[in-house]
Amino acid sequence: MKTIAVDSLSKSYLVTEKKPGIRASLKHFVARKTSFIRAVDNISFNINEGEIVGFIGSNGAGKTTTLKMLCGLIYPSYGSVSVAGYIPKLREKSFLRKITLVMGQKQQLIWDLPPMDSLRVNAAVYGLTDREFSLRIDELASMLGLNTELSRPVRKLSLGQRMKAELLASLLHRPSVLFLDEPTLGLDINAQLRVREFLSAYNQKYGATILLTSHYMGDITSLCKRVLLIDKGKLFHDGSLSALTEQLSPCRFVQIELAEPVNDISLAKYGEIVHQEGQLVKLLIPRSELTSRITSILSNYQIKDLEVKDPPIEQLIGKLLALGSFND
Amino acid sequence: MIKYLRSTSEVFRVLFSFWSTSIASELEYQLNLVIEIISVVANLTGSIFILSLFYSPTTNLGGWSWHASLVVLGIYTILDGYTTSFLHPNLSRIVRHVQNGTLDFVLLKPINSQLWLSFRIFSPWGIPSILSGITLVIIGFINSQANFSIKSLLLSILMVLSSFIILYSLWFLIATTSIWFVRVWNANEVLRSTLVAGRYPISAYPESLRRIFTFILPIAFLTTVPAEAILNILSYRIAFLSLILAIAFLFISKRFWMFALKFYTSASS
Repeated sequence: MKTIAVDSLSKSYLVTEKKPGIRASLKHFVARKTSFIRAVDNISFNINEGEIVGFIGSNGAGKTTTLKMLCGLIYPSYGSVSVAGYIPKLREKSFLRKITLVMGQKQQLIWDLPPMDSLRVNAAVYGLTDREFSLRIDELASMLGLNTELSRPVRKLSLGQRMKAELLASLLHRPSVLFLDEPTLGLDINAQLRVREFLSAYNQKYGATILLTSHYMGDITSLCKRVLLIDKGKLFHDGSLSALTEQLSPCRFVQIELAEPVNDISLAKYGEIVHQEGQLVKLLIPRSELTSRITSILSNYQIKDLEVKDPPIEQLIGKLLALGSFND
Repeated sequence: MIKYLRSTSEVFRVLFSFWSTSIASELEYQLNLVIEIISVVANLTGSIFILSLFYSPTTNLGGWSWHASLVVLGIYTILDGYTTSFLHPNLSRIVRHVQNGTLDFVLLKPINSQLWLSFRIFSPWGIPSILSGITLVIIGFINSQANFSIKSLLLSILMVLSSFIILYSLWFLIATTSIWFVRVWNANEVLRSTLVAGRYPISAYPESLRRIFTFILPIAFLTTVPAEAILNILSYRIAFLSLILAIAFLFISKRFWMFALKFYTSASS
């Protein structure tokens, strides 16, 4: 069942431009020069119930704008959106009860009070009974690994604890569609892992549909089977992450630690050498030739260590976006 | 009807949670609490001193005896407290919400966003003004020897309510424009200082100002009209006009907010 359906969605913004300097500022104050910017340009996709989809792209690619149109915060300039059978921009109460938006860089918890106070406000707004409230708090808090933090003022919590409390506040009404905009922003590795585990558990337990943006590829690779790649407002890829890597890079990344130094020319026949430092060599080898070439390397050289992996996805995407050639 | 009652009780539950958290926020900083109390006391002493100057026996002001104009001053003080408790903390936050993009969270809650934005915060620091305003009204009323009747009491309550609504709507209208202009602090300040004009009976002002305060800025309906209702000298025509004005302003503020939201672009992340 389709939970999210997006068809030819576009959004243009009116923006003002100003050159630096006093004169330009005065001019800007009197007569503003404005122009339209296309933040989202004719994108279409569907997301099924229970899917976790990663939404990736560089800064300013149009991810957040799209998420906000899906929530109903921003009116689309063109095209149609349907989420859980509702038209988001109408912001009907029954729709708002089904969704949530978590933003890694903005917070809804009251800064001076313990999260518990903010949670009570949310419970009242969503009309939860006291029993429902305490049951859900217990459940979500144990899934997130929170306990005494909930009764400490928010300003005294660490970033990781605060983010977990933010998640709790956003999920108290048990939404079935989650929009997560950089939920792991600024978190250390442990906290990131915890948040990922939690999201995956929530998804399995409630069959929730999750659309997630992140700059940490770890979030995407561990949670999302499917990714949407967007750049300059256009959708470049919609499919599995492995298909994207394969399409982006026909090669695999092989790292070899040799027992003794050799000259690089002798290894160059096996693949493109990306990096060589002492006995450490990094090669790119075409996927189709991978097995035969590795066998040959192993029989011709003394190898201490060998590792095969996909090139880091960040690099691939960076390369792709720099070329801008993916559309063809 | 039952549905209506249920939704009303839900609104009260939400308001209760709002106000208990905002009072808790104030109590979080002990020193600040002490400072606030000192400032409220100092403010009150200042007002009472100025008041004592009014008590000197002089001629009346625009047809209002000193005691009758005390009622106007009392209503003004109540409105000032109302502004401190609700309008100022809430509506200046709208501007901040727009600036920081946290308005997103409010708009995604299944609750009337205008209700949330207007009553989310309750600052207890307006209470002393409200109490001293009420005291002033009572003193002024007793000394001006006006007739008391249930009818005039009800009419007075109605007129005070309508004054609350008019002031609120004006304030909310200005705060709404922050959707486009983002920073509208100054406009809020202008409104607050205009309200100061409501300290004195409207007829104390020269004809031209009186017209402006009645027809352009409804200052007359904020303080003078409720005071006239209390003193039992209000004509029904004006009372009716005040109610119409309150309903119209409230309606316009609501529609304007809905209209403005269509232009909300949300601060970038």
